[in-house]
Amino acid sequence: MSKVKDLPGEAIVTATRSPSIGHSFVAYVERVRGGDMGALPAVLGLIVLCTVFAIARPAFVTSINFANLFTQGAAITLIAMGLVFVLLLGEIDLSAGFASGVCAAVLAVTLTSAGLPWYVCVLAAIATGVVIGTALGALVAKVGIPSFVVTLAAFLAFQGLVLVLVDEGTNISIRNSVIVAIANENLPPWLGWALYAFCVLVFAAVQLLRAAKRSRRGLTSDPMSLIAARVGALAVLAGLAVYVLNLERSRNPALVSLTGVPIVVPVILVLLVVWTLVLRRTAFGRHIYAVGGNTEAARRAGIPVDRIRISAFVICSSMAAVGGIVAASRASSVDPNTGGSSVLLYAVGAAVIGGTSLFGGKGRVLDAVLGGAVVAVIENGMGLMGYGASVKYLVTGSVLLLAAGVDALARKRAAAAGLR
Amino acid sequence: MIPLLEVRGIDKSFGPVKVLHKVEFAAYAGEVTALVGDNGAGKSTLVKCVGGIYPIDGGEILFDGNPVQVHGPRDAGELGIEIVYQDLALCDNLDIVQNMFLGRERKNGLLLDEDSMEELAAQTLSSLSVRTVKSIRQQVSSLSGGQRQTVAIAKAVLWNSKVVILDEPTAALGVAQTAQVLELVRRLADTGLAVVLISHNMNDVFAVSDRIAALYLGRMAAQVKTADVTHAQVVELITSGRSGDLGLKNGVTP
Repeated sequence: MSKVKDLPGEAIVTATRSPSIGHSFVAYVERVRGGDMGALPAVLGLIVLCTVFAIARPAFVTSINFANLFTQGAAITLIAMGLVFVLLLGEIDLSAGFASGVCAAVLAVTLTSAGLPWYVCVLAAIATGVVIGTALGALVAKVGIPSFVVTLAAFLAFQGLVLVLVDEGTNISIRNSVIVAIANENLPPWLGWALYAFCVLVFAAVQLLRAAKRSRRGLTSDPMSLIAARVGALAVLAGLAVYVLNLERSRNPALVSLTGVPIVVPVILVLLVVWTLVLRRTAFGRHIYAVGGNTEAARRAGIPVDRIRISAFVICSSMAAVGGIVAASRASSVDPNTGGSSVLLYAVGAAVIGGTSLFGGKGRVLDAVLGGAVVAVIENGMGLMGYGASVKYLVTGSVLLLAAGVDALARKRAAAAGLR
Repeated sequence: MIPLLEVRGIDKSFGPVKVLHKVEFAAYAGEVTALVGDNGAGKSTLVKCVGGIYPIDGGEILFDGNPVQVHGPRDAGELGIEIVYQDLALCDNLDIVQNMFLGRERKNGLLLDEDSMEELAAQTLSSLSVRTVKSIRQQVSSLSGGQRQTVAIAKAVLWNSKVVILDEPTAALGVAQTAQVLELVRRLADTGLAVVLISHNMNDVFAVSDRIAALYLGRMAAQVKTADVTHAQVVELITSGRSGDLGLKNGVTP
C-alpha cells in the first residue's frame, strides 16, 4: 500500500520552519478567495465610507466629530460584542436592544428613586442582564424553543418592562457624575498617551513572547517581519487616533477645554481584550466555537452543550446591560425608548458587518468593534450630510442586508471550494 | 490468548424488536477484527452497546478478561475504548489540533496550553506516519475526506486508547484515500491496539483484517481467521448466515 504515499496534490510538508511574510500574505489571499473574508469587508467599507463622507462633508474629519464617532457607536458596539457569542452558536438574540433598555432603567431607578451608590446600581443593572440571559438561555437550551421565537417574545415583553420601570413613559434623568462621565468625559491627554504606550508595548510583548516560545519548542511561528508589521500598524493607527483625540475640540477653548480620549474607549478596549481572551484562549471559548460548528460533535466530545448555550445568552444579555449603561450615560437619562428603535438591528448589523457569520461557528469579538465603527460612521456621516432618519434607516438596512449577503455568499463559495 | 475486548451473550431489544441475540464477539490486541454484516444485521448497535451509548439487556462485556460495566461514552473512554463514527464528529470550523483535543483541552491555569497540545497532536500524527496534511493548524473544513478520517482516527488514538472501533471508515472515500486509511488502520494494529473495523467492502476487509466476525440478522454467524476463509465464504456468511460447516445451524448460534 506504499504506492499511495506520493500522490500529486496531497502535499507532503513537515513544516517546522516558519513561513515568511510573503507566504503569510499568499495564504491570506487564498483564504479570502476561498470565501473566508474575515474583517476585509468591514475594513474596506470603513475606508470607502470615510473617504466619501470626508470629500462630501469636510466637517466629518474634524477632531470633534472623530470623538463623537466613539461615543455614538459605543453602546451599539458593546451590545454587538455580546451578540457575537450568541451568533457564534448559530442562535440570535432579538431582545438584546430592549434588554439593554431594561438594565438601563434598573440603573436609573436604583440611582434616583433608591438613591444607591453608583457602583451598586451598575452591579444591579448587570445582574439584571445575567438574570435575563439565564432565562432566555434556559428557554432555548432546556425547553427547546427556537431562539428566534424566545427572544422575539422577550423583545415585546421587555418593551413593556421598560415602561413599567420608568413609570409609563416618564424620562428619568441621571445626575450621578460617575455614570454621566462614562460617555461624556475624556481621559486627560497624558493618560491617553500612557494608555497608548501601554497597549502597544503589551501587544508587542505578547506577540514576541509567543513567537519566541513557539520557535523554542520547534513549532511554526509568525515571522518577525509579520509581527513588526502588525505592531507597527497598531502603533501608527492608535497613535494617530490618540493624537487627534488629544487635539482641542472645544468651539470656545478659552471657556471650556475639550480634549482627550473618551472614557468609553478604554472601557471598550478592556472588554474587547477580556472577551477575546475568553473566546480564543480558554476551553469555554473553544467549546462555544465547537457547539456553533457542529453541535453533535461537541456533544460526543463530552461538552455540556446546554450549559454553553445558556452561558452565551448570559454573556449577551450582560453585555447588553453594559451597553445600556453607556447609552444611559450618553443621554444622561433613561426613557421608554432606551435600547429601542434601531439599537438591536444596528448591533446585529455591527456584528455581521464585522464578519461574524449568522450561521454560527465563525466570528470574533473584534468584529463587533469594526462593524460598530461602520455603523457609527454611517449614522454620523448621514447626519452630517443632512439626511433625515428615513434615509439613515434605509442605508443601514441595506448595509445589513449587504453584509448578510456577503456572509451567505462567502459560505456558498467556501462550500464550492471544498472548505466547510 | 485473552481477547482485549470480549462480549458474551449480549442481548439488545428496541421495544418489541430484538436486534441482538446472544452475540459473542472478541477483539485481540495487535489485530484488526473486521465486523461485517448486511444492513440491519446489528453491527452499529453492537458497537454502540460496547461504546456505552445503548444499555445492554443481557450478557456481559469483558475488558482484558475482567467483566466491566459500560454505562456511558465516558466509561468507555476511561477503559480505553474509542469509537470513530461514520459521520466523523469533527468541527469544520476548528483546526486539526483543536479537534483532536476537543472536550479534553490541556490547560495552563485558566488558559489553554496551545503549544503542548500542538506538540502532542504533531507527535501522534507522525507516530501514525500521517504526512498528508500541510499544517496541523489548518481548519478541518479545508481537508479532504481521507484526511478528515485520518484526523478522526488520530483523535481516537491520542488518548492512550486500547481499543479503536472504526465505523465504515472508507465508505465515503475514493480509491487512493481508502488505501491511505486502510494503511493507517493496519498501522494502528501493528502498534498493539485492538482495532475493530466495520465494513461493507470485502476488499478492505481482506486487505487489512486478521479476523472476520460476520453478523447475520442480529446473530453472530461466525468469527474466523481471515486466512482460513475465502471471499465467497464471507459473502455467504453475510447473506445467508452460513457457509458449509461455518455459520448458523437452522438459524441458531452453533
